[in-house]
Amino acid sequence: MKTHSRRSFLKASALSGGGFMLGISFLSNFKSFGNEPIANLPLGFNELNGFVKITADNVIKIMSPNPEGGQGVKTSMPMIVAEELDVDFSKIIIEQADLDTKHFTRQFIGGSQAIHLSWQPLRLAGATARQMLREAAAKQWNVPVDEISTQSGVLYHKNSGKSANYGDMATAAAQIPVPKEVKLKSIPDFKIIGKSQGNVDLAKIVTGKPLFGIDTQVKGMQIAMIVHPPAFGLKFKSIQNEVAVSKMKGIKAIFPIKIFNEDYEKTFFDTTTFNEVVAIVGNSTWEVMQAKKALKVTWQPIESYTQNRNMLGRKIVEKIPAGLEDTIEHKAKLAERITQPATVRRKDGDVETAFKIATKIIERTFNAPFLAHNCMEPMNFFAHVTDEKAELSGPLQKPEFTEQALSARLGMPLEKIDIKMTRLGGGFGRRSYAHWLIEAALISQKVKAPVKLLYTREDDMTAGIYRSTYSAYFRAALDADNNLIAFHVKAGGTPESPLYPNRFPAGAVDHYLAEDFTIDSNITVGSYRAPRSNFMAAAEQSFLDEVAEAAGKDPIDFRLALLNRAKEKPVGKNNEYEPERFAKVLELVKEKAHWESIKMTKKLGFSAYFCHDSYAAHILDLEVKDGTPVINKVWCAIDCGIVINPDAAKNMAEGGIVDALGAALYGKMTFTKGVPDANNFHNYRMIRHNEAPKQIEVHFVKNTLDPSGMGEPAYPPVYAALANALYKATGKRFYNQPFSDNL
Amino acid sequence: MAKYSLKINGKTQLIDVDPSTPILWVLRDHLNMPGTKFGCGMAMCGACTVHLDGTAVRSCSLPVSAVGKQAITTIEGLSANGTHPVQKAWLEHDVAQCGYCQAGQIMSAAALLKDNPNPSDEDIDNYMSGNICRCGTYLRIKEAIKAAAKK
Ligand code: FES
Ligand code: FES
Repeated sequence: MKTHSRRSFLKASALSGGGFMLGISFLSNFKSFGNEPIANLPLGFNELNGFVKITADNVIKIMSPNPEGGQGVKTSMPMIVAEELDVDFSKIIIEQADLDTKHFTRQFIGGSQAIHLSWQPLRLAGATARQMLREAAAKQWNVPVDEISTQSGVLYHKNSGKSANYGDMATAAAQIPVPKEVKLKSIPDFKIIGKSQGNVDLAKIVTGKPLFGIDTQVKGMQIAMIVHPPAFGLKFKSIQNEVAVSKMKGIKAIFPIKIFNEDYEKTFFDTTTFNEVVAIVGNSTWEVMQAKKALKVTWQPIESYTQNRNMLGRKIVEKIPAGLEDTIEHKAKLAERITQPATVRRKDGDVETAFKIATKIIERTFNAPFLAHNCMEPMNFFAHVTDEKAELSGPLQKPEFTEQALSARLGMPLEKIDIKMTRLGGGFGRRSYAHWLIEAALISQKVKAPVKLLYTREDDMTAGIYRSTYSAYFRAALDADNNLIAFHVKAGGTPESPLYPNRFPAGAVDHYLAEDFTIDSNITVGSYRAPRSNFMAAAEQSFLDEVAEAAGKDPIDFRLALLNRAKEKPVGKNNEYEPERFAKVLELVKEKAHWESIKMTKKLGFSAYFCHDSYAAHILDLEVKDGTPVINKVWCAIDCGIVINPDAAKNMAEGGIVDALGAALYGKMTFTKGVPDANNFHNYRMIRHNEAPKQIEVHFVKNTLDPSGMGEPAYPPVYAALANALYKATGKRFYNQPFSDNL
Repeated sequence: MAKYSLKINGKTQLIDVDPSTPILWVLRDHLNMPGTKFGCGMAMCGACTVHLDGTAVRSCSLPVSAVGKQAITTIEGLSANGTHPVQKAWLEHDVAQCGYCQAGQIMSAAALLKDNPNPSDEDIDNYMSGNICRCGTYLRIKEAIKAAAKK
């Protein structure tokens, strides 16, 4: 057993009806967070705070104050607490808590770092509560605390034969000072962690119980929708037929709202495409939808402007150009810019000389379009704002940040704002940018009634905050023995750069150069499942496949040799990955797929990537029938440290693979004169049942390392596994997403 | 506005709404039955799937005036306590991620099995292709349908 010091994130208190509560609030201890490159904050694992509550009548609750969006954290994180608390997981209650900045100082949500960071604190919380219960029992029975053991929520004293439920000791435990040190279980003693537990909300999901924000129903509640400009580069001017539409059945009010005040200093998540929109409020969804169709609004062009942002302390200035942008123009600008020198982010060795003496040089450019998030639950939020307080509820990823933005907008102190979090019908990064919460609050304030704001699918898809469009140029130099001697990557995007300069193959090549650039745009963007990695993995892993081929080497062996080089004699500093761990997933997937024996007969694509502290490698087997890819099987190997909830982790990997295949094959958002060309699922193609792989096999590297992210790591390498397999099947390389456009 | 008497989950419900109102919004807004979900509003995603006399239909595109005497079954009424074989199979296979699409998936799957108690993989693919899952749970859905077929 290891001993751990108590950290200041645990706080015990008595419950009013007897029993005790141990609050966990640990992110405040992670000061380094403010210095992290916030731009890669993705949809991620969420459970950063919580508490253990044990009532006198032995109800054991583990609160999960941060939202669940499908990553399974509402199940897996309480499992960690329950393990150390030593309770029967099937007997505890897991509940979603509200945003509560009084009890939890730093209720931040997002970033696949979370499970990594929360592992020890959650264990410590469970262990501390157990320790306090043991001390309470020792005191009451007048025996040494070391003689008190526990099993499944019961305290035992062997010598005297005494026993008690946790509930019996809970009130007394609240009086025990929080111990300075507690012992954590040894990993082989785990009973809950590593055993699959079903999703705690599933029984409600399959019976249609209200769980999601969109399901909110409150007495006297009105329905609100918004009308936003039809094109990027336009803004509100005036409403043409307000009077006529106000008279339509069930319609209560029509008025414009401004989401952020002009003098407000935006922070990271305060993105909104259209700062002024028109609100329509009425009795029912269908009536408001009809009014929305009938409403005529005059829009006008925006002027270019600059916008200051405070990115958690780092101030940046964004330039937003005027104009109605076209995809053709986006592509042309990227194509031009990618040929020009960019900002150097990392340089090892003497790249230019290496290219001069190279025997072979391979150069390729990869492109990807904007992507819409398309969470299945459209954006929505409930708000009831009065002069005294603001009550809100709905699905969002970054409640604490949004609460601050709302507080500034309403001029209302944080204490008067209450945000309840519902289950998210998908997040994928989109629900980090909660302008719709502010819209709902402003509408409620204006109509003086509880309001549910609902986006139609068209609103959801055309309101911006997409994945950026990207381009990446690669150049590799091979010597006469087909060794990779130099590697050059230049990547850029409109408006965001996708580059990670310190990832593989950085560290494995003597002469290495990474540069990047950005192009301004008025198309708004935001985090998207595995931000930036989702593109860089696609481009880099397709490119490496081609380099391996040019070198006459097996694509897995080629990478393994590079990883070995990075391990034995790493080049440069700040390499983000651990070569040994990385190599293990390559070896594991190779073994599980029987790569050597099937690689000559099947159309296989290989790809591997490191992100969010986890490692993933895929082998994809497909055939192309009448121009349509039929994916027979995907083998996937992942190292995410200790796997908390194996079947749920497997589900995440399967989902990530299917989702990425859909985006790679079909995903794109294009623009014509500022208007998004897709606005619903008839013209934005999503992967469907018949297009999913027939089989997915997921394997985890077995180790005892601290757990890391599972929501994203399986996603980025899928694109290249597909592209590389498509090459085997068609003889064609796929440089531009979506691939189905080029099949 | 017009008055309608609808048979929903075995009960008669009286409502007074515009004849063009889709059943989806009758359920969600007027009858406080939010189990049936809104995804696209144009019969492209399947989130709103209900049964009309046992056949799967997209309730977002079914005006109340078109229902007449046909019986509507929603996810809330598929079984008394979540004991329909499809619901049980969903639990056994821990199918859901975010869960938002799943009511529609389950309603489609239940209708498929009613028509075709022993569907092949291809039958499942064809029948279920109208139901989108952004979380990508398709493989588990297929396994769960096959398991439910055996029950
Ligand atoms: S909401 Fe009816 S099919 Fe999408
Ligand atoms: S489970 Fe999330 S959309 Fe299907």
